[in-house]
Formats: sequence, structure tokens, C-alpha cells
Amino acid sequence: MLDQSAFDLRRYLRGNSQTTGVWIALAMLILFGLLRYDNFGGAYNFSSFLNYNAMFILISLGMCFVILTGGIDLSVGSVAAFTSVVAAYMSPYGIQVALPCGVATGVLIGVLNGFFIVGMRIPPFIATLATMLGAKGGALIISGAETIAVDWGSNFTRLGMESAFGLFPWAILIVAGVAIALWVLLEHSSLGRVVLAVGGSEDASRLMGLDVDRTKLFVYALSGGCAGLAGVFLASGFGAGQPLEGVGWELSAIASVVVGGTLLTGGIGSIPATIAGALLLGLVFNILNFENGRGTISMSAYWQMVIRGGFLFAVILLQTRGISGPRKTGMTQ
Amino acid sequence: MSTTELPLASPSRTYASGAGFVRQHGSLIALALILLFNVMVTPNFVSLQTFFVNISQVATISIVAVGMTLVIATGGIDLSVGAVMALAGALAPLIFTSEFAQAYPVLGLTAAIAVPLVVALGCGVFNGSLVSLLNVQPIIATLILFISGRGIAQVLTNGNLQTFSNKAFSYLGTGKILGLPFQGWLVLALAIVIWWLVHRTLFGRYLLAVGGNETAARLTGAPVKRIKIGAYVICAGLAGLAGLIVVAINSASDAARIGNLMELDAIAAAVVGGALLQGGRAPVFGVILGAVIIQLVRYTLLANGVADEVALVAKAGIIILAVYIQQGRKD
Repeated sequence: MLDQSAFDLRRYLRGNSQTTGVWIALAMLILFGLLRYDNFGGAYNFSSFLNYNAMFILISLGMCFVILTGGIDLSVGSVAAFTSVVAAYMSPYGIQVALPCGVATGVLIGVLNGFFIVGMRIPPFIATLATMLGAKGGALIISGAETIAVDWGSNFTRLGMESAFGLFPWAILIVAGVAIALWVLLEHSSLGRVVLAVGGSEDASRLMGLDVDRTKLFVYALSGGCAGLAGVFLASGFGAGQPLEGVGWELSAIASVVVGGTLLTGGIGSIPATIAGALLLGLVFNILNFENGRGTISMSAYWQMVIRGGFLFAVILLQTRGISGPRKTGMTQ
Repeated sequence: MSTTELPLASPSRTYASGAGFVRQHGSLIALALILLFNVMVTPNFVSLQTFFVNISQVATISIVAVGMTLVIATGGIDLSVGAVMALAGALAPLIFTSEFAQAYPVLGLTAAIAVPLVVALGCGVFNGSLVSLLNVQPIIATLILFISGRGIAQVLTNGNLQTFSNKAFSYLGTGKILGLPFQGWLVLALAIVIWWLVHRTLFGRYLLAVGGNETAARLTGAPVKRIKIGAYVICAGLAGLAGLIVVAINSASDAARIGNLMELDAIAAAVVGGALLQGGRAPVFGVILGAVIIQLVRYTLLANGVADEVALVAKAGIIILAVYIQQGRKD
């Protein structure tokens, strides 16, 4: 722990090298954007950027919990697509019905993941891969592979398209609330301690009498619920249930979590840094769009993929200098 | 095995001998059931045409899955195989339709096969180095090329669909030896070579040892880092080869579609075939059996008019069932 009387910056940086990197990179990208583009810091870009990334922050938060236990959830993208269709069907009854239905659907799929992993002892990677395929298939089946229009007459679309006080989109306010709740849960509750303990050493946790299985069930249900909420935002923000969306979201979420310094083997990680990781990856996209808009370079979607991969590479290079020593290499324990 | 299981967690360990038989031969039983179902239900299943279609489909999955198995045997995973396929598949037509290749057809064709394979092997070096030299977790290390590899392929081709007619190159995808598709023979040859590599060479010995218990392998003097890089390089090389075959089959190359979702099929084939995600096993012929099962299930559903999306759900069920059945084989 830090010595309160004498704040040693170097020691602090060394102790938190995984998470400080992401904050510095985030600050530098924001500074770069502010200096280079006129409208970068404008209210419009600010709110649309946050609004668009609300979904990714949400699934990254759920993913963070799963990864903290040493697991992985590949199903989040498909779950979001599935629940966006469910929410679109429920939209005529208003947000007060559609939102709980969407979240509940996500939680149910998460519980199914948990059952596969805890009850049938199937490795998380395979179990969630299967529910990924299943949820994708399910979304296409119930929607007939078409986008499902939402009901504009209800208050459903306000969630994803309008802002409170003209600045903060409703979606991002909800995400902020979820993030704070999850941060408190992880850092200041006994359940959070157990999550970290399970990721640190599952066997040791079992021997200490912690309920490992229930904790695992919880994190997958939580991840499913977050993905479900993201699906509600998707339907609300884009005005349609999107059965074909969500491809690659799980990898974006994993990338956000890892860029935020969380160890994939579990046990070490933080909620704020995960949000910073998600914002960082989103910001790369945002800046590339501005660069396109300026017409200085013709940045095709293809180049954007290349640059995003390169950026992930750079962040990983930076982090591996901070994380040293032998580590568990297997992904499934 | 390195997996430490608490005895209370697996009550099903002492299974009756009947259940034990199912666990040991689950994939063969599944294959027999699928074949029986098809012979009885699917129209025109017993025909040479159907047989050839399935062989050429299963060949690409098999080639990628065998490479994936080597990586999985080290306790890793390779998400980038689809992107590497796209990269290799996009490069080949660029080379043999170039002016150089028009002037020197033989040299051009050789380059069209060699250069994409070398690039693919380079991708493997990149993945393997990240994993073994920088200690990056495999899923993250290969995520980089998963994201950007297809992008590079699309940048190279400007995102255009390349169509071509090149008899010599198309042999990779449409050629026949003794009346059977060339890829079928290729898979057989590759499987034998890789089986030999795993079970009869020092590399194979070390590969399984690294996956079984990395620390123990290091202590006994295995060159762990080089072994791991080797696995990723072979995996990427095979993915590159599969990319060439897909392009040759279609006489067209679309960087956006080559090898799409192949990483999932390959992983599924590997686990259905008996590979353990924790590492330590590389059942080469089992994995090819897994690829056959995955392909046959898809074919069965499509040929019987079941929609593609339902086939996805079925595939999910098969993966869960296959891994569940294997839980008892871990010992």
C-alpha cells in the first residue's frame, strides 16, 4: 500500500503500471483530438460519442467481472443482438416493460452459460461459444433475419436518442449508474472479494469454503444482463431490433478489459480502468472519423481495422513491460 | 494432467462401463448416427456428387483445425486463422494476375503459392512471438491479427472481389487424383505428416509436454518458447494453405468473406475431435473426424431444408454435448 505521508509517484506508477498506461493514453488521445479538430470537444461529438459507446462500456463491465474470475464470455455480442430484437418487440409497451424484458432475457442466457460452466463443467470458452451460436441463431429465428422496427409512439426511443439536460444522453446516465454500482460491488462488498479470490486461485477459494460455483453463476448472469441492457440500447438508439448486429463485440469487450489492465487469468483488475479501456478504443474510432472528415487522408473502413489492430498491439506492448514474471498461460482452468 | 480436480466436484467419475464406452467413442458413434440418418432421410445422399461436395468442404475445415489443434495442445488458441486465410487468399490472385506472372507463368504461379504461404507463416511468427516471448495471453495476441488481418487483406485488394480463371492454380481446389478431389488427398497427407510430427518427433514430444505442464517441461529442458512459436507458425501456415484452397475452389477471392468464422469451426472441430483446451493432447485424426461431423451436421440440416439459423443452434448443441461427453476422458 501507499505510504500516506509521502506520495511517491514512481512507486505508485510501478505498482499500478497496468492501469496508469490506459489513463495516460486516454489523456493523450483526448488532447490530440482537442488540438487537431475544431468540433472534437463540442457538445454534439461529446454526447454522440458517449451514447454510441454506452453499449460497449456496458458489455465491457460485465466482461470484466467474468474475466476477473478467470473465465471468458464470448456470447455477449449475440446476446445483445437477441435482446435488441426482444426489446423491439416489447417497445409498444414502453421502456418500463421493454427494458426489464431485455435485461431478463440477457440474464437468462447468462444463467444458461453458468449452468454449462458450473453444472456441466464445460470450459467457459466453449460454453459461451455455444451460446454465442445459439443466441445468434435464436435472434435470426425470432426476427426472421430482418430488422424489427421499434414503436416510435412510446417512450422507448428516448432512452437511446435523447439527452437529459441537453448534454448527457439517458443511456450514458444509466451506464454511469451501473458502473458505480458494479464498482462498489467489486471493491466494497464481500461478493466482490470472492470474485477476486476465485480469479486468484480457484482451488484455494474452494478450500477456504467460498462458494465458487455460485460466484461463477453470478458473474455470467451479470455479464448476460449487461449484454441484455446493451441490446436494449441498441434497439432504442438505432430505432430497430438488430438481429445481425453484435458481431465481434465480445472481442471489443475483451480488448477493452485487457487494455484496462485486467489480467485474463483473473484476480487482478479494475472497473474504472475497464471503462477507460473501452473509451480509449472508441476514441481511436472517433479520431479516425474526424481524420476522414477533414479529407486529409482517405481512411477507408479497411484501414480503420488495420489501425485498430495496430493500436491494440501498441497497448499490449506497453503493458507487457509492466507485467512481468511467470504467469499462468492456459485460458481455462 | 495438470488439471487439479477436487474429487467432490465430479461425482460422475465412476461411470458404468456402458457410459464409459460412449465417452471413449462418442465422436464415432455420432458420425455413425449422422450417416445412418442421412442415408435414410436425405434425398440423394448416397451419390458421388454429395460425397465430393462434402470432401471439398471438409478439407478446408480439417486443414485449419489440425493446425489449431497443435496450438490448443500448447494450451493456447488462435483466433486469427480466418483472417490469415483471407490474407493469403487475397494475395494469391494479386500475384498471378500481375504483369510479371503474365510474362512468366510458371514463376508467377510459384510465387502466387509461395508468397501467401510465407506471409501466413510470418503471421504465425508474429502470434507465436507475442505469446511466448512477450507472455501475452494467446486469445489477446491472436486478437490483433483477427482484427487487422482481414483489414490488411481488404486494403491490398481495395475491398474488391477478384475473379480469375487460372487452370493451374484452380487445381488446388478442383483437381482430382484417382477420381477423388485433390484436397482430400492433401488433407490425408498433411494429417499423416502432422501425426508423425506429434507422435514420432522430439518437437511433438515437447509440444504435448508444454501443454501438459509448462513448468515441468521447462525444467526438463524443453525449449518451451521455440516449441510454442513452432505451433503458431504451423497453424498459420496451414490456415494460409486453406485460404489458397478456398480461393481456388471459387475461382474468386473476396477478402471480406474468405475464412469468415473459420476460427469457430476449427475450434469446434478440435474439441469435438478430442482436443483439450487446457492443452496436452493433439488427436490429429480425431480432429479430422470432428471436422467431418461438423460439416455433415451442416450438410444434413441444409439438405433437408432446415434454415441456416436453426443450423447454428444445432451446432451449439453439438459442441456442448461433445465437450460434456469428453469430461470423463480427461484422466
